[in-house]
Amino acid sequence: MQKGVIGTAHVQIRVLDIDEAVTHYRDRLGLLETDRDSQGRVYLKGWTEADKFSVVLREADEAGMDFMGFKVLNNEVLASLRQDLIDFGCNVEDIPAGELNGCGPRVRFDSPTGHMFEIFAEKEVVGRATGHRNPDAWPMDLKGMKATRFDHCLLYGDDLDGTLKLFTEVLGFWLTEQAMDGDVRIAQFLTTSMKEHEIAFIRAEGKGMFHHASFLLESWDDVLKAADLISMWDISIDIGPTRHGLTHGQTIYFFDPSGNRNETFAGGDWYVPGMPTTTWDAEKLGKAVFYHARELNERFLNVTT
Amino acid sequence: MFHIEVISSDDASFECPPEKSLLHGMESQSVKAINVGCRGGGCGFCKIRILEGEFEAKKMSIKFVTKEAQAAGFALSCRVFPRSNMRVMAVGND
Repeated sequence: MQKGVIGTAHVQIRVLDIDEAVTHYRDRLGLLETDRDSQGRVYLKGWTEADKFSVVLREADEAGMDFMGFKVLNNEVLASLRQDLIDFGCNVEDIPAGELNGCGPRVRFDSPTGHMFEIFAEKEVVGRATGHRNPDAWPMDLKGMKATRFDHCLLYGDDLDGTLKLFTEVLGFWLTEQAMDGDVRIAQFLTTSMKEHEIAFIRAEGKGMFHHASFLLESWDDVLKAADLISMWDISIDIGPTRHGLTHGQTIYFFDPSGNRNETFAGGDWYVPGMPTTTWDAEKLGKAVFYHARELNERFLNVTT
Repeated sequence: MFHIEVISSDDASFECPPEKSLLHGMESQSVKAINVGCRGGGCGFCKIRILEGEFEAKKMSIKFVTKEAQAAGFALSCRVFPRSNMRVMAVGND
């Protein structure tokens, strides 16, 4: 049941070198830089996104994800969900408006898989790069892979059941796809919208691991050209281009200069509320993850930041 | 060009120029003695212990190699650039 969470809005990623990271995310992935703050954080967004930022880069001594943010309908929903998160048992922290430039108050909370998330209702709207009055099809000065938007994250952790309960019962997400090993859920894909996933989790020992942040491209042709650019710039490749069984997206995976995995993808399934959850059996996991090779790859499975 | 000797379950050696990381140098010669992960100092997959040799290192994630471990000779081979012949042990991300 929907609880007023609109969907995935932003991710703050830790990087080892901010200048190398900006070159990667802005000039190669093709996000637009929208701001920097007094902490040295860099704010970016995809050209189709209207809100001020969807990716925040922070220089740190380790790679990984600081937190992921979801936008909610309004401040009444924010207050109500804040109480629901406390009642569920989350550690909740209030982050004041303006801690991230252009963002209203945020409610930060932890999850059973050890990841930090936040919800917020207000963010400065700067508009799509093409504007909102008689807009052209796309901006003519896009760079690199021309990522259209930050789309979702895949996270690794141990307590998938606890996090499923948090996302479905408290935050109103739907379970769109899952992979099951007998009675044990080893992967879960969740959404609040028609996107097949706003966030996904895979079961692994440990907590708080970051598998990838994913960015939407327009077409399979753009996925292929992203692969060409990965070779031209000698970007660290993981796997692809290929297709997933889960969500059926067309995809390629690679790493930013600090070792955080990125995905660029196109296509895939849509979700409509009321649809049955799609289930992949453990013995079909190879096909579920890599639809063509039909076998798993150790690096894709085990490398996280 | 420096000679890099790797002690692992499959001992191997390769030649590595000073501008390439040990991992990059190894991959360029299709040698498989050290696990290849993110190649960016973030994931810990290519961890080694440096036994002999001079090198320069770029920043690597303290989640996988603490400052103390770095002082003890541990490093991520994707961030290590040789300045002499080297002998290293592959230890992985455990």
